[in-house]
Amino acid sequence: METELTGAQASTGVASAGSGEQRDYVTMSIGGQLFGIPVLKVQDVLGPQTITRVPLAPVEVAGSLNLRGRIVTAVDVRLRLGLPKRDSGKQAMSVVVEHEGELYSLLVDSVGEVLRLESRDYQRNPPTLNPRLREFSDGIYRLNDSLLVVLSVSSLLNFGNRADAA
Amino acid sequence: MDDLLKEFLTETSENLAVLDLELVKLEQNPNDMELLGNIFRLVHTVKGTCGFLGLSRLESVAHAGENVLGKVRDGEIEVGAEAVSLILECLDRIRTVMADLEATGSEPAGDDTDLIKRLNAFAESGGASASAPKAAAPVATSVAVQAPSSPAAAELPESTASIYEQVGGMGTIDAIVEVLFNRMTGDLRLKQAFDGASIDHLQGQMRDYLAKLCGGPDSSAKSVLGERGFNDAQFDAACGHLQAALNQLEVSPNLAARVMGMIFATRDEATAGAAAAAPAATEEPAVEAAHTAEPAHAEAAPKPAKPAAKKEGGEAETKESAVANQTIRVNVELLENLMTMVSELVLTRNQVLQILRKQKDSEFAAPLQRLNHVTSELQEGVMKTRMQPIGNAWAKLPRLVRDLSHELKKKIDLVMIGQETELDRQVLEMIKDPLTHMVRNSGDHGLETPEERRRAGKPETGKITLNAYHEGGHIVIEISDDGKGLPMEKIKTKIIQNGLASESELENMSDQQIQQYIWKAGFSTATKVTSVSGRGVGMDVVKTNIEKIGGTVELRSIEGKGTTFSIKIPLTLAIVSALIVECAGERFAIPQISVVELVRATANGELRVEKIKDTPVLRLRNKLLPLVSLRAKLELDEGKELSDDTFIVVTQVGTYNFGIMVDRVFDTEEIVVKPVAPILRHISMFSGNTILGDGSVIMILDPNGIAEASGQMGITDGEAAEHREGRLRGKGDETVPLLLFRTGSGVPMAVPLALVARLEELERKTIERSNERWVVQYRGQLMPLIPMSMEQDSGMSKEGRQPVLVFSDRDHTMGLMVDEIVDIVEAKLNVDLAAEQPGRIGSAIIAGQATEIVDAGYYLSQAFKDWFGSVQEDAVDTGKSRRVLLVDDSAFFRNLLAPQLTAAGFQVIAVDAADKALALCEAGDEFDLIISDIEMPGMNGFEFCETVKKNARWQATPIIALSSRASPKDIARGRQVGFDDYVAKYDRDGLVHTMNEALSELRGAA
Repeated sequence: METELTGAQASTGVASAGSGEQRDYVTMSIGGQLFGIPVLKVQDVLGPQTITRVPLAPVEVAGSLNLRGRIVTAVDVRLRLGLPKRDSGKQAMSVVVEHEGELYSLLVDSVGEVLRLESRDYQRNPPTLNPRLREFSDGIYRLNDSLLVVLSVSSLLNFGNRADAA
Repeated sequence: MDDLLKEFLTETSENLAVLDLELVKLEQNPNDMELLGNIFRLVHTVKGTCGFLGLSRLESVAHAGENVLGKVRDGEIEVGAEAVSLILECLDRIRTVMADLEATGSEPAGDDTDLIKRLNAFAESGGASASAPKAAAPVATSVAVQAPSSPAAAELPESTASIYEQVGGMGTIDAIVEVLFNRMTGDLRLKQAFDGASIDHLQGQMRDYLAKLCGGPDSSAKSVLGERGFNDAQFDAACGHLQAALNQLEVSPNLAARVMGMIFATRDEATAGAAAAAPAATEEPAVEAAHTAEPAHAEAAPKPAKPAAKKEGGEAETKESAVANQTIRVNVELLENLMTMVSELVLTRNQVLQILRKQKDSEFAAPLQRLNHVTSELQEGVMKTRMQPIGNAWAKLPRLVRDLSHELKKKIDLVMIGQETELDRQVLEMIKDPLTHMVRNSGDHGLETPEERRRAGKPETGKITLNAYHEGGHIVIEISDDGKGLPMEKIKTKIIQNGLASESELENMSDQQIQQYIWKAGFSTATKVTSVSGRGVGMDVVKTNIEKIGGTVELRSIEGKGTTFSIKIPLTLAIVSALIVECAGERFAIPQISVVELVRATANGELRVEKIKDTPVLRLRNKLLPLVSLRAKLELDEGKELSDDTFIVVTQVGTYNFGIMVDRVFDTEEIVVKPVAPILRHISMFSGNTILGDGSVIMILDPNGIAEASGQMGITDGEAAEHREGRLRGKGDETVPLLLFRTGSGVPMAVPLALVARLEELERKTIERSNERWVVQYRGQLMPLIPMSMEQDSGMSKEGRQPVLVFSDRDHTMGLMVDEIVDIVEAKLNVDLAAEQPGRIGSAIIAGQATEIVDAGYYLSQAFKDWFGSVQEDAVDTGKSRRVLLVDDSAFFRNLLAPQLTAAGFQVIAVDAADKALALCEAGDEFDLIISDIEMPGMNGFEFCETVKKNARWQATPIIALSSRASPKDIARGRQVGFDDYVAKYDRDGLVHTMNEALSELRGAA
């Protein structure tokens, strides 16, 4: 059920340090769009999990799940990006990231391979990008057949203004 | 800041804390030499370390303090408030300087000459009365140079004068020796050599010796290394420690080498042992010599016999240092991590056990059982490492109270009970401040000045008592004072002033409800703001802080007698017992501490949820319990209608009770509380989350948050708290408030308080004699007075005041004259012995004493029959007294109603169960009327009524239902089964009225 990436993390991490111009990303797709998160930020990739709803939580918070004895808060990236809800039949994959000492699980449609990307293929967000998406994007990689949006983990998990308001 | 300084700060502040405590103790026991010695040693240590670290300002202050203490120790100054105050002031100065030191890393500039001057002047003036004016160390003065004949001593002149100064004088040497001894006493190889010795004494010796060796002040001190008769290996070990001590204290290598050289030169003397050292031991003659010789002989044997002669005073010291050696300082973070890991382990264990439960006959069963035990023990062990005696949180209080008493000119005695009670350090930290605040409050507001106390007939010295004890997974801390209690009038004025409630609202509040207002923010009744309290911040903060850690605080106060706060907190915050409930398919945990009871409400059961507009409520034992729908509060499936079938978790927050409606209730589980993720922290309904045995994550509900969110916090229902105790118990042994009083015979008597309308004290001269009766003009009527004892009847004095219990029944009022009204107590009314004397129901044990329960009905009928008799007869309209059968399982109600009905002219037969009533029916007994309770064990009232109505014999007998639940629906059901009427249980007047009605109807029909 759980696919551990620790091995991959270590090897690719070293390789990227060597070339300097390359970075490794865990790719994932949400609503047909390819997204990436720097591999070093990713702790785990999990299959469908039992998620406990948290009443009164922001809608994007899908709930909490148990990752080897640690409680992980699951955030539905779809909803966070302003996309419609996942069809009830489809199960989400979890990409577990650490943010300010806490673990969060980012729920995505599917998780792909780890890609090593060249920095020359990178560019900043185009100004016309959907504002909601721009808020959570750290830039774009041009791949051969598609574009990969780099997700900004910190902005995805920044519910600060919401918490203040409450 | 370097490590050494940090270490110094921690250690010194600990020492100062101990000093505070010991000084206050010393003030109370000025002759406790051991205590004094300890204080002196502590101050000395502080001074020594300061000097070593080059903290000149601290050193000079500490030195001056030590000076005074030295005089005290030498008996030149008497221990008194002045001396102690001065020393405490000195300690405070040290603290202030240390605070700056901690903040900035260096000693702040400042002038202490004033304080030092005062300390010195005090030392001098105290000394003037005694013999020796100078506070020199007594050791140094005594005998002349008799130094050990060491080669090093001979070398001294050229080189050592400079060593002493270069090293940094006495301060450094002191520190070196301190470190050296810490190391040596911890070394197993050297342990035996120090067995039974006074380490302090040796340490002093060694210091003076080293000082001399380095060219400092001369003394007769001997090298401890030599004196203890070390063998070669031990000597080497000791030298190793010395070297390490020198290094640790950063003595320059050059100097260190010279010092070591000198010490090594004494090797022969040391190891050759006693012979050389003995002549030098002029101060301590034969014993010492024999002593040093002994280990020398035993050199070959690894374990010399413990020197028995060397017991004096050393015993305690060695014990103490041995304890010190067995403890280590561990970073709190490490413990926290350990705790987290154990929590994980507990969770995993739970998970594994859960799996095991599903599989029968698993080969894992036995090992998992073991794992289970080991985990539990580990958990307990780790919890213990975090446990600290509550005394630690109290350590500052004696000092605080002492200062308080001086400042406020009150005499205060602080009694601390249960200091050793342990609780989690996290909890301890959290309650420290609230506790301090409450003790301060007790001293400032609670206790009166000595004159006030004298006037009130109390001892001049007020008492503040702290009492801590364990009670089922919780710790209870009581802070009580015997002061003036909460001033009700002032509180009321303040409430009105602050617009918290109107005068008429206050009228309807019980004292306890009014007292609850002190928890409101900005509520201080202190008329003047003192430096101690009265700023209007406080009690609300105290309450918030305690509630933050899942605790509750209750308040009891009797004006004139004192106030008691009782705080109940969980032992630990990390692992708690929680009730698992389900609502809308989700499970939640409710901390067990706030759960009072579980109730199931069904649509047509005895307990059901009723609604006032849209607010659900539950009638629970004659109280309306406000209900909160968890479903609605958590916005789960809002569309769904409330089901009639629901579980209610009766929850208590402070003194406020409310019910949380949930769908299902599972069992309780030990859960590990984990904080929720920051993005969820704004939801006040949850206090954390946890992982259950089956691995699922659930949220922990915060009863405080729920109560607050439902807008039901604030002034709590004081009455609920009063009766909570009673309500918690089963029906059969309900407690009832009883009025205790005495009459001429001196035997304590009791009557249910509910029967007493008022308590009066009448002027004896207003009591008149009329128609062979005692009467008094009372509220515009003549009230008959019935004397309880014969003595009263015959000769009543005309002086003083007569306590009277007033019983009232409709417009009839009578008074019962007693000698003394003693108290009101909550007690079970279990009549153990039936009475033979008229006017008594029987005897019961109340407040630990055999007490006669008075049959109020007897006296009522005495007064009514003879006095109001005709009126009564008119009302009832027949000469013959009617027989009434009372069926009620509650002894209290039988005892309450029987006299009442007797007084109303009925002949009452009371039974405690429906089947007993039916047995009477079988036996051919006839009654004019039956009164039956609805809720009874076995056959309930409805069934009983149905049975009776089917039975030909009693078919015509009217039956009146008596119940606490008189809802229209119940009444309908009652009528259906054949009850002639339905009366609420507490409506006694209504009952009599209904009975008469039922009887006259019967007559009319007949």
